[in-house]
Amino acid sequence: MNAIEFILAGMLAAATPFLLAALGELVVERAGVLNLGVEGLMAFGAVLAFIIVYHGGGHFLGFVVAGLGTAALSLIFAIVALGFRANQVATGLAIGILGQGLSALFGKTYESLTVKGLPKLALPGLSEIPVVGGLFIQDIIVWLSLAATLAIWAMFTYTKVGLVVRAVGENPKAAHAIGYSVITVRVLAIAFGGAMAGFAGAYAAVIYTPLWADGMIAGRGWIAIALVVFGTWLTGRVFLGACLFGAVSLMALAAQATGLDVPSQLLSSLPYLVTIIVLGIISADRRLLKLNGVASLGEPFER
Amino acid sequence: MNFWSMTFFPSLVRRERASLAATLLAPVVALAVAIILNLGLYVLIGRDPVAVVYAMLLEPFLTWASFSEVLLKAGPLLLIAQGLAIGFRAKIFNIGAEGQFILGAIFASAIPVWFPQATGQWIWPAMLLLGAIGGALWASLTAFWRVRLNANEILVSLMLSLVAAQLLNYLLLGPWKDPNGFNFPQSVMFQYDAMVPLLISGTRVNVSLLITLALSLAAWVFMQKSFSGYKLQVGGLAPRAAGYAGFNESWAVCLSLLIGGFAAGLAGAAEVAGPLGQLQRSISTGYGYAAIIVAYLGGLHPIGIVVSALVMAVIYIGGDNAMVSANLPIAAVRVFQGSLLLAYLIAVAFVRYRLEWPQATKKTAHRSPS
Repeated sequence: MNAIEFILAGMLAAATPFLLAALGELVVERAGVLNLGVEGLMAFGAVLAFIIVYHGGGHFLGFVVAGLGTAALSLIFAIVALGFRANQVATGLAIGILGQGLSALFGKTYESLTVKGLPKLALPGLSEIPVVGGLFIQDIIVWLSLAATLAIWAMFTYTKVGLVVRAVGENPKAAHAIGYSVITVRVLAIAFGGAMAGFAGAYAAVIYTPLWADGMIAGRGWIAIALVVFGTWLTGRVFLGACLFGAVSLMALAAQATGLDVPSQLLSSLPYLVTIIVLGIISADRRLLKLNGVASLGEPFER
Repeated sequence: MNFWSMTFFPSLVRRERASLAATLLAPVVALAVAIILNLGLYVLIGRDPVAVVYAMLLEPFLTWASFSEVLLKAGPLLLIAQGLAIGFRAKIFNIGAEGQFILGAIFASAIPVWFPQATGQWIWPAMLLLGAIGGALWASLTAFWRVRLNANEILVSLMLSLVAAQLLNYLLLGPWKDPNGFNFPQSVMFQYDAMVPLLISGTRVNVSLLITLALSLAAWVFMQKSFSGYKLQVGGLAPRAAGYAGFNESWAVCLSLLIGGFAAGLAGAAEVAGPLGQLQRSISTGYGYAAIIVAYLGGLHPIGIVVSALVMAVIYIGGDNAMVSANLPIAAVRVFQGSLLLAYLIAVAFVRYRLEWPQATKKTAHRSPS
């Protein structure tokens, strides 16, 4: 297997934690809320899923518990940031610190333990194509994340629900005036985003690298937030960004495997450096951000 | 039609003027609530709450030795938080103090690592200055990205912190590793002149605490008395008004980030040239993130921050105590920090708002003639 085949085959799996978390944050931000706690939510979801799977509860239950747990944690964010109209940046950071703390607390006795991942399912026919065939051999969660990407894209493009979420993010006063409850929409979006971050953490901990290590999320939650900006709040572009980061993290692995004479720390910081560079390139186009950005992002709503 | 207003939830009504009582009470109430909630958590994970309270909240004050450790811990938290608070008031969110702190430690270590034989009274002041410059330079990357490339400073500064941690690892495992250090990831031990002189003999508290207190005073003068500080505050409270008044946003961004980086870098330098005495991995234990909480808990006010830095230092030292005596996982400190900030953010809402219960309005609404 050469490097290109390796990257094509592994890219989607590596991208999935980024993708799930970024899709969740996309919906939250579209509703006008900035939740910076994604890193902590992912860490919390990761530990919940790991504990369930380790004790034989199975992957399905692991994902369900992770999603419910992080949705609950993100509801605390909703109460503080929406109910008490606190600064969303500070509230998100607090939730992030709390999530990471709870993750370390619950995961302490599981350090370095492993669980079994999930088998990969091959799409018949497509998976036999040379070079790109590896793209079509993925585990069920990857397939489901692709479906979720399509569903969220369709929701924003074609459905009334998507329109309401966007209206609440663009102009909450107007949305309120025509009879939508801004707070209810935002709370639901936050809970959805929380659950998605939990799934992302669960995928990272029990499927992608099924070994518990404190701090295993390693900045992926923050990159997911950056991905929403990269994607200029558009589902398709967020998906492409997630794939890019999946590829970048694999490239770092591939480079290490080939014994390239580069310090491993440089390779480890590659995703962060790419984030910084891409963030600079995308944001420099102010028109692009203005065009697709969410008008009321981060502002508390007061009737 | 509206789920939230028709049920029994009270609503927040804006006060005519901010409540001074709530301003002063908010951090105290938040601390009390966080303590109670976390004790509940400790009971839940099977720890003795009495032992934890004793170790965490009393022991740090019982002996001079342990209280001096509180002072030692409060130093970097206070310094970083003072720098961050200036930016936060201007609504410029530098959350990458951890990275700026690490760079400060690295820059300061360059002198003793490259010139281990050097002697002279100039060494430690030069290290502190170099560290502060290092922190400011690292923060200037974020400033450049924000001002010239319009990038979000929260994400850039955080990403740079993750890069800084890798840079530290690289130096300690590679070029700066002590050749006689049994392969541990740490630099050489610094020479005597590379250490900040002790302030109180018998403890590890050094002169950098005085510098920190002096800079806290400077932060107060800057924010409350200077025109620059005023411009920053207006930019944070009323960005449009600041624009009309011709206050330059780019200037505010650069100034906030450079001050934050300078303070965090100085704190990092004081840490390697103080209690650590060498560059090692344990330099990065999350002071940069904890300082964000310190800044908010102190109401983003230079004097409040002095108090909140002490509180946070007690939690750190107490957490260490509780780890030893009550078998409390060290992660409990992070849980405490997160819940403390959440409790504070709720409590502080009552500075600007008061609760109004729906019953009162319902009664008047039902008094219709029939």
